[in-house]
Amino acid sequence: MTSSEPHPFLPNLDEEIVQEMLKRMGASSIADLFSDIPDEFALKRKLAIPDGQPEAVVRREVTRRLGINKAGGDSLCFLGGGVWPHYIPAAVESILSRQEFYTSYTPYQPEISQGMLQALFEYQSLMCDLLGMQACNSSMYDWASASAEAVRMAARVKGRNVFLVAESVGPQRLEVIRTYAEPAGLNIRRVPFDRKTGELDRTSLAGSLSSEVAGVYFENPNFLGVIEGSAAGIVDDIHRVGGLGVVGVDPMSLSVLKNPGSYGADVVVGEAQPLGVPMNFGGPHAGIFAVREMSLARSIPGRLIGMTTTREGNDRAFCMVLQTREQHIRRENASSNICTNQALLALAAACYLSLLGKNGFSRLGEVILKNSHYAAERLGEVNAVLSPLFEAPFFKEFAVQYKSAKSDDVYEKLGQKGIMAGYPLSRHYSGIGEAGGYCVTEVHTSEDISRLEQALKEVA
Amino acid sequence: MPPKDPKIEAWAKSKELLPVALRADEVRLPEIAELQVLRHFNRLSQMNFSVESGTYPLGSCTMKYNPKVSEYIASSPGMREAHPFQPEGTIQGLLGIFYDLSLMLCEISGMKAFSLSPAAGAQGEFAGVLMMRKYLSEHGYQEKNEILVPDSAHGTNPASAAMGGFKVIKVPSDERGLVGVEQVEKLISAKTAGMMLTVPNTLGLFESDVGKIAKVVHDAGGLMYYDGANMNALLGKARPGDMGFDVVHLNLHKTFATPHGGGGPGAGPVGVTERLQDYLPVPVVTKANGAYHLDYDRPGTIGRLKGSYANSAILLRAYCYIRLLGSDGLDNVSSLSVLAANYLLSKLNPDAFTLLQGKGLRRKHEAIVSVQGTMSGGAMKVAKGLLDYGVHSPTVYFPLTVDEALMIEPTETETLEALDEYADLLNGLHEKLLKGELEDEPKNTSVGRIDEVKASHPLSLRVKW
Repeated sequence: MTSSEPHPFLPNLDEEIVQEMLKRMGASSIADLFSDIPDEFALKRKLAIPDGQPEAVVRREVTRRLGINKAGGDSLCFLGGGVWPHYIPAAVESILSRQEFYTSYTPYQPEISQGMLQALFEYQSLMCDLLGMQACNSSMYDWASASAEAVRMAARVKGRNVFLVAESVGPQRLEVIRTYAEPAGLNIRRVPFDRKTGELDRTSLAGSLSSEVAGVYFENPNFLGVIEGSAAGIVDDIHRVGGLGVVGVDPMSLSVLKNPGSYGADVVVGEAQPLGVPMNFGGPHAGIFAVREMSLARSIPGRLIGMTTTREGNDRAFCMVLQTREQHIRRENASSNICTNQALLALAAACYLSLLGKNGFSRLGEVILKNSHYAAERLGEVNAVLSPLFEAPFFKEFAVQYKSAKSDDVYEKLGQKGIMAGYPLSRHYSGIGEAGGYCVTEVHTSEDISRLEQALKEVA
Repeated sequence: MPPKDPKIEAWAKSKELLPVALRADEVRLPEIAELQVLRHFNRLSQMNFSVESGTYPLGSCTMKYNPKVSEYIASSPGMREAHPFQPEGTIQGLLGIFYDLSLMLCEISGMKAFSLSPAAGAQGEFAGVLMMRKYLSEHGYQEKNEILVPDSAHGTNPASAAMGGFKVIKVPSDERGLVGVEQVEKLISAKTAGMMLTVPNTLGLFESDVGKIAKVVHDAGGLMYYDGANMNALLGKARPGDMGFDVVHLNLHKTFATPHGGGGPGAGPVGVTERLQDYLPVPVVTKANGAYHLDYDRPGTIGRLKGSYANSAILLRAYCYIRLLGSDGLDNVSSLSVLAANYLLSKLNPDAFTLLQGKGLRRKHEAIVSVQGTMSGGAMKVAKGLLDYGVHSPTVYFPLTVDEALMIEPTETETLEALDEYADLLNGLHEKLLKGELEDEPKNTSVGRIDEVKASHPLSLRVKW
């Protein structure tokens, strides 16, 4: 022991208790318990990290450091691209703050974990309804890893090693797909988008399709904000060569848009963050992973919750199912290495969808549609800005083009004014000039949009 | 109901903003009033056991107390409202915290650099394996396609190695429950890319040959991977970097007290020694000219693992935990977690709960016992019996190398009284087991014993309404 100063988290940190425990178990000292560490590896100095501080000090210091961030308060956020600013109902926060949920772990003992199991089952059910899918797992790390795992699954199921990815998917997600695909020996080929409409270029797609292609991944709406008007056609195209149609969605868009099941998607991935989860500088969020056919459920990564009964058969009950896909049983032959997931955030999504319901969710979608289109028109009033850049319809995100300013400069200068906006799309795409991405949701008012418009007049 | 801006409402009037052909026919969601939703989920929460409900010695999971103050801090707008794509200059407070956290994790593990991106331990493993692969292939070792993994390893190890494109070579543990250097020498070849090792291992035993093993693996041109799931035993006591490991992942939701969230989220930062630092997954937090940066410009990187940075709010909580404990506090954490595990073990009836391997060796933060006296199923019966007494069971039937295994990890945050009570419960339940009185447990839980086989036949993964 290095000190016997009491600590609120360490009830046995008391010389008398320690001695009593050591005595009862027949050990001479704490050092004796570590005598199996070879001397050459025993650390003979203190760790060079600061001394522990009382709660009040840590709270003050860390909160002060966080206060330096331009986030919340007077700052505005018009960024999207996979993490979006949305309002979180207080009731979601209230449920999430139940320690019974957040301090539990994987429901390995289902008889005392029915709460989380049922909540996750409800998440799976709500997601299936929203996406038009038959089976949904209980979460992946995030949208990016979900899309990457979907690519690997498609290749595995189809026994093919070429996979097509729309150029208009989130560039960060494409990078994650590449990280995951490389060791599997998969060949990732990009399918360009039409520079005028922002939609996937189906002629290019047709040219890339062959019997070697395991599937195609596109997002709807895509990273440019554009809704893929011929989503059904894209899925038909891939089906004709026997591949899987994998669609990435912002679930919030399904408040007004047709769901991927309705246009034949085989696998749906996405990000549950807009459904009641804070932006949190990138996480924790929850990746969505759902499939259309029950036969594919046996190949999907991650945990699945199923409905069953007690042994006596009288009570409905829930437990984890099809665990033989998973790493703790199948080891190197598992469908994925995922173990810890993002269950608590899936719970948030279940609460969120339950609270909003059919009417609330649809109405929210209409408000987002109006706010974003209003903003697109207002930004178009700025002389140096072409807005929206693409012709195809959009939901809550849209691209604009700057006639003279650099997109990186606009983004940085807006940031300095406390407005997070204009994600520089030109970093990732050629042939669209200097373009920035904007996201407008229900959290934005006409005054906020005016402030953005004024700021753009100054910097663009 | 969403807020409506009168100005925008007026503007939008009679505008058709979305072509009918793209519109959903129907959104299928239930309609429930707010109070009823709250009652529903609050009732569910009452059907869920948690760390704050009672003793939760789930082996390998480190179910320790999760400080409340970290939850308060993580609810600051500077955390919650921060967008991962906002300019670096607007997020310096958070980046500074992450930079400091990286340095602390380096010091704790003996690594040179960390990437905080991996969302969980398994993703950290995947990153580590990919770094090993890339490093080796760039250093003329393309033939190295095998990774050694002990038979007692967590399932994620072989799964991550396989996902990373490697063939998994299983290394049997010896009668001590340890990986002997002789076994490694037998299995090593020119094809060996490296070895994944958990220290202390899943039996709770310190791998005393680790130094020799690392030398053998390094001499063969391979790399050593440290699974940090059990780091709670070694804080301030020993560092993987000093033992010869080249890559380390740490489970912040285990060792560094971030809440497990009913199965997640976690965070599994991955650290490396100097020769591997160019390969770290992007971004890496760096500091230059008094400002913090997210460095994506790393030509050697294995790439990206997360769509947007990391499980940042988990990183923040882990940082708070380290600040709350400090150097001495962390050392005490390991002292007391090891004390608790060994103490609990000493209280168990040795004829009922037997150590099959490593007899006479000290355990570290956890212990695996084999439940005696029945042909099979004894461990599960005892585990289910525990549930009736307001405590969680140990991990059952893992590791796979131990028959009728109960894997007990009490952690440093349980009191002496709770440890005594748990030991008494286990000993008492074993007597019942022998008498055949432990067949239909649990009886006092919100539902009785669940039929887990029926759940997959036929499979029901969603409610239909």
